[in-house]
Amino acid sequence: MIQAKTRGQFWRVLRFVQARAVDIIMFVVAVMWIIPTLGLFVQSLRTGADIGQSGWWTALANPRTLTLNSYIRLLSEPTMLRALKNTFIITVPSTILVVGVAALAAYALAWIPFKGREALFLVIVGLQVVPTQMAFIPAAQIFRFVGIFGTVQGVICFHLAFGLPFAIFLLRNFLGNMPRALLEAAQMDGAGHLVMFTRILLPLAMPAIASLSIFQFLWVWNDMMIALIFAEPANAPLTTAIFSQMRNFASNVDVIAPGAFLQMVVPLIIFFVFQRQLVQGILGGSIKD
Amino acid sequence: MPTPITSGAAAPVGRRGDKLKNRLAVIAFLGPALIVLGLLVYAIVFTIGRSMFDAYGDFVGLHNYQRIFSERRMLVAVRNNAIWVAIVPAVVTSLGLIFAVLTERIRWSAAFRMIMFMPLVISSLAAGVTFRFMYAGNPNEGFLNAVIQQIVHIAKPPGLYPGARLSTEDFAVAVEGGFASKEPIPVGQQAFFALAAIRPQLVPENARELKVPEPSSDGITGVVWLDFLSGGRGTRGYPDAEKRGLPGIKVEAVQDGKVAAATYTNDDGSFALTGLAPGAYTIRLSADSFRQPFGGYYWLGRDFIIPALIIAYVWINTGFSVMMIGAGLSSINRDLLEAARTEGANEWQVFRYVTIPSLMPVVTVIFVRAIISVLKIFDLVLVVAPEPVRADATVLALEMWNAAFGGMNDHGLGSALATILFLLILPVMLSNIRRFRLEQQ
Repeated sequence: MIQAKTRGQFWRVLRFVQARAVDIIMFVVAVMWIIPTLGLFVQSLRTGADIGQSGWWTALANPRTLTLNSYIRLLSEPTMLRALKNTFIITVPSTILVVGVAALAAYALAWIPFKGREALFLVIVGLQVVPTQMAFIPAAQIFRFVGIFGTVQGVICFHLAFGLPFAIFLLRNFLGNMPRALLEAAQMDGAGHLVMFTRILLPLAMPAIASLSIFQFLWVWNDMMIALIFAEPANAPLTTAIFSQMRNFASNVDVIAPGAFLQMVVPLIIFFVFQRQLVQGILGGSIKD
Repeated sequence: MPTPITSGAAAPVGRRGDKLKNRLAVIAFLGPALIVLGLLVYAIVFTIGRSMFDAYGDFVGLHNYQRIFSERRMLVAVRNNAIWVAIVPAVVTSLGLIFAVLTERIRWSAAFRMIMFMPLVISSLAAGVTFRFMYAGNPNEGFLNAVIQQIVHIAKPPGLYPGARLSTEDFAVAVEGGFASKEPIPVGQQAFFALAAIRPQLVPENARELKVPEPSSDGITGVVWLDFLSGGRGTRGYPDAEKRGLPGIKVEAVQDGKVAAATYTNDDGSFALTGLAPGAYTIRLSADSFRQPFGGYYWLGRDFIIPALIIAYVWINTGFSVMMIGAGLSSINRDLLEAARTEGANEWQVFRYVTIPSLMPVVTVIFVRAIISVLKIFDLVLVVAPEPVRADATVLALEMWNAAFGGMNDHGLGSALATILFLLILPVMLSNIRRFRLEQQ
């Protein structure tokens, strides 16, 4: 009897330790995942001289050395301000265009019968994973020919081309799942395609459109590769503007650290505000690189 | 890689009389997308074709591809991409599996998932800059090296006098990081060590003027001192008055490779190893006293750059697998698990034979996505690898950019590199299309 009791206690203690062990391991992992971002944030609040002299963690013990000066300087520099503005004037139209064009195409693919519809959709499925590199050279030639190489328009066009396949795919699947009876009833009432699209399907598709818009916005906002090729310095978004400072990393840390944090603030806000949509979107397959 | 949301066949709405109306609608609705997608298809065909011409537009067949597999720089890129594909998908998937399983056992799982998820929304640029700071070489600046330094110093604490060396090799020699008497010293005699190259601020406060101790009948005595006097006074290697003794150094008497006695030097640098059996002993100053502090790995140097990049990539992407597998876990049929347990399966068996097989579809999705994503890896390498090591860290996508837009202006080679990436991804593309067709039927 007594033996059984002590044995039970032993297991209880062991189980307790086990439970704590998992908590401890996961806590360490969580800290490991927070530290890099925290480090960047702290660095962005330090002077360039401090960054070159000691680790950012020393500033935590001495918070009085932290200052907003780097940000103030950064935002008074015309190139960075212009880069911030460029980021918006690239990202917002790219997002709207991709979502708009994709919604129209998705409607046609889901609800208007035409020859070759299935084949076209399979092409779109395939285009989703094509590496962007496959279009760099011809796109550069076409843009030069049209006269938009190096401009914001060029960058937007490229984002449109590579954003569309996934966007159409996602929205077509969403629209295709709408109840058929709804559409038939509308048609009986004499509604044309335009009415059905704008009055019935579009409002119903708002959740999918919102989620797609968030992802598209993030992709374009975070892009560096496309901007590196298609945006000349005057039209550079934050990513490439900061990258061009990295040639002299050590001497430009007071621009790079706050710049990189500034670049990441908008995605972080989106992350905190739209967390649920993001998680659902990712689980539903909205991720690309 | 997207998992298709199956829709069944979205049946067309339409009656016989609507044919013309439909055709016009198709043009209006699909037109803009068709133009863009058409250009995209044209671009793919163009790039494949262009890959068979050289920089000046002359047809060279497969020569550009030959270059990729023979030029050193290109081969490094091919090798690096192979390393990425061999290591990273497995790491990201297994970490995701481990964390997702462990997340189910903590109460704060939502917070944990959120923390893991956050790096997914930030740009490679921001993540790259973040890791540039993490990887700074000096442990005073780089966090990673600072942590490693703490751990290394627990096992091997730095010595009191790092970098010290002998002032004269007349009666002692440097051995394995420490110093030893030139010849074995018989009991009753003395050993002297004149050291130099010790920064004044490293000499402890308690160090006093050296004192040569009395010889001992059953041991060996001696003194260790800093062989330096200001103004060039004193004799090199000679225990002059005013020279300072060096306290705290571990002294050992060694005979036949065995330590017979050990002690530490006093404030005046003197030591006495007593109680020794008659004979001769090599007197040794332990390397522990002279060990340099851990100086940090040069993460951003050519030896560590690939692991450094992989760590950054894993930091960014593990959240994706944690979330996907977490969702997979929560959708596993509870009855199935219970049934296995009642049948007498232990937890490991349940995990191995029920959980893992049920997760296979989602694990495949993660794995394939990771392969595609590491094949295309670009910005992270560009941002994290400093220019001098870029040639060592390079990957196909980076070489493509270099070849076509980075001064070389060789559109043939650039197209060939892009086409190789395309061909590597082609199987995934075809299997996506095939799977989608099956689901449609």
